[in-house]
Amino acid sequence: MKKLVLVSLMILLAVSIITAGSTITIKGSDTLVRLGQRWAEEYMKKNPGVIIQVSGGGSGTGIAALLNGTTDICEASRDMKSKEYKLAEKKGFKPVRYSVALDGIAVFINKDMPIKELSLAQLKGIYTDAITNWKEIGGPDHLIILYGRENNSGTYAFFKKQVLDREDYADRTQTLPGTAAVVNAVAKDKWGIGYGGIAWAKGVKFVAVKKDDTTKAVIPTSESVSSGAYPISRELYWFFSSEPTGEMKKFLDWALSEEGQQIAEEVDYVPLPKK
Amino acid sequence: MSFKPKSRIKEFLGEKIIAITAFSALLAIILIFAFIFKESLPIFYDAEIQEEASLNKMTFKQEYIEGRDPKWSWQPNSDIPKYSLLPLFIGTLKAALVAMLFAIPLGVGAAIYSAEFASRRMREMIKPVIELLAGIPSVVLGFFALIVLATFLQDFFNFTYRLNAVNAGIALGIAVIPIIFTMAEDAMTSVPQSLRDAALALGASPWQVSLTVVLPTALPGIAAGIVLGFGRAIGETMIVLMASGNAAIISGSITDSIRTISATIAAELAEVVFGSAHYNVIFFLGTILFIFTFIVNMGGELVLRRLKERFQGKII
Repeated sequence: MKKLVLVSLMILLAVSIITAGSTITIKGSDTLVRLGQRWAEEYMKKNPGVIIQVSGGGSGTGIAALLNGTTDICEASRDMKSKEYKLAEKKGFKPVRYSVALDGIAVFINKDMPIKELSLAQLKGIYTDAITNWKEIGGPDHLIILYGRENNSGTYAFFKKQVLDREDYADRTQTLPGTAAVVNAVAKDKWGIGYGGIAWAKGVKFVAVKKDDTTKAVIPTSESVSSGAYPISRELYWFFSSEPTGEMKKFLDWALSEEGQQIAEEVDYVPLPKK
Repeated sequence: MSFKPKSRIKEFLGEKIIAITAFSALLAIILIFAFIFKESLPIFYDAEIQEEASLNKMTFKQEYIEGRDPKWSWQPNSDIPKYSLLPLFIGTLKAALVAMLFAIPLGVGAAIYSAEFASRRMREMIKPVIELLAGIPSVVLGFFALIVLATFLQDFFNFTYRLNAVNAGIALGIAVIPIIFTMAEDAMTSVPQSLRDAALALGASPWQVSLTVVLPTALPGIAAGIVLGFGRAIGETMIVLMASGNAAIISGSITDSIRTISATIAAELAEVVFGSAHYNVIFFLGTILFIFTFIVNMGGELVLRRLKERFQGKII
């Protein structure tokens, strides 16, 4: 009897060691978490025995986790800051970056707002409080209600850099924890305007954006982001603490393959341009 | 029954172990405070940090861009980081104030009914149900306020800003009601029966008894509940993070968006660069929050002690 218990314990131990060897943790950007989860599901279906755990928290959170060694893959919707690269160097490793998909930042308004297009300059004015009334940009006479993301979000940082020319957001911007919350608020607020990844924006109206007054306004779609015609787009990254090997390498290659990119498109991200 | 000598040692050890557990809680509090405070110290001596965030810069209006009006502003992720604490203080107090305005009448009213007028069966139903409110995770309350309550309030009152101090305050109030209710109810039910009997014997009606005898006697207990509820409202994080709009502005109106200290810590700590001015300021905010809730909770305890003395007839 004792022997039996001992043997079964040893088997259990062996099994747990084998499976523990192929557990991959992914952490980071809230923009990417949905794609990460879909990839993980599909990959686990194809490769039983591999366990992939995906969680969000923001690009900054993910990068911090990578630096602290608590995650294998960090999903980020922005590049690492030079301070973060330096910190990694101090800890003795060199993070490796891969683009895994593209994302456009859509600007959206309530369905009842009769505005079709805005220029980057107008958007900057709106979010820096230089333009405060809808009538200044061709809408009805009412205060513009600003919605945005919390300042730990990669989307916040990207929009600030790309659209606001690094100026500050208006203090009165209502910041919400997650793009889904921004979309929800704008869907319910007639005077609201918000921004976020194009994958999330259901139930609100996209604004066509033009670079300046001479160019044509473009609605964010998969094609316009992929071709570079839409002016507010970005690359989404995976960071590794070193060049990935083994199961992680296989997972990365699969995500970048046609099949993986197909899944990215299914959940409304933009696949990488084919090489 | 006689003790064997061996059991003396056991007794001695048992006593010491229990003493250690009691002191470990005390030690934990002291260590936590020391750590938080230590991380905020560079604000007071590091010249490089003070360049961005000195006490002066955090307190008074600053002229950030030459020629523009000086202002209070919380923009830590800016090219010119701005760390005014005043908008955060005002936001925190506004949320707590609305929460108390909402929770005190409801909590105390429910306690008076439950302790004085409800039938035994009714009381056995009301008490657990209200106390169940305390068990709702704050993230659920926050989500409810963000999606449902905000829409309802905006349709009803036509607020300009969908997420504001009223919205967050009501959701906070729901979290605070059980605290006020439980403490007030306990205080009222523990008023000695002899006091009630005496008043009734002198010809007072049940309404008069509860209003002129029970309520004044239990007042310290009710006050303690209110104070502890206030402490909770100040420190509560998830609800305000989701329901308040998180806009750091200075305004006297409770229908504007607010940003509280606790929500700021929760939202920004994950992103902050270790050892930067921003990092130190966030820990400084944590220190302030710690001291403030500590004082508030201690105040609550002191009031409670007074209540006990009153029941024992030491003071009137």
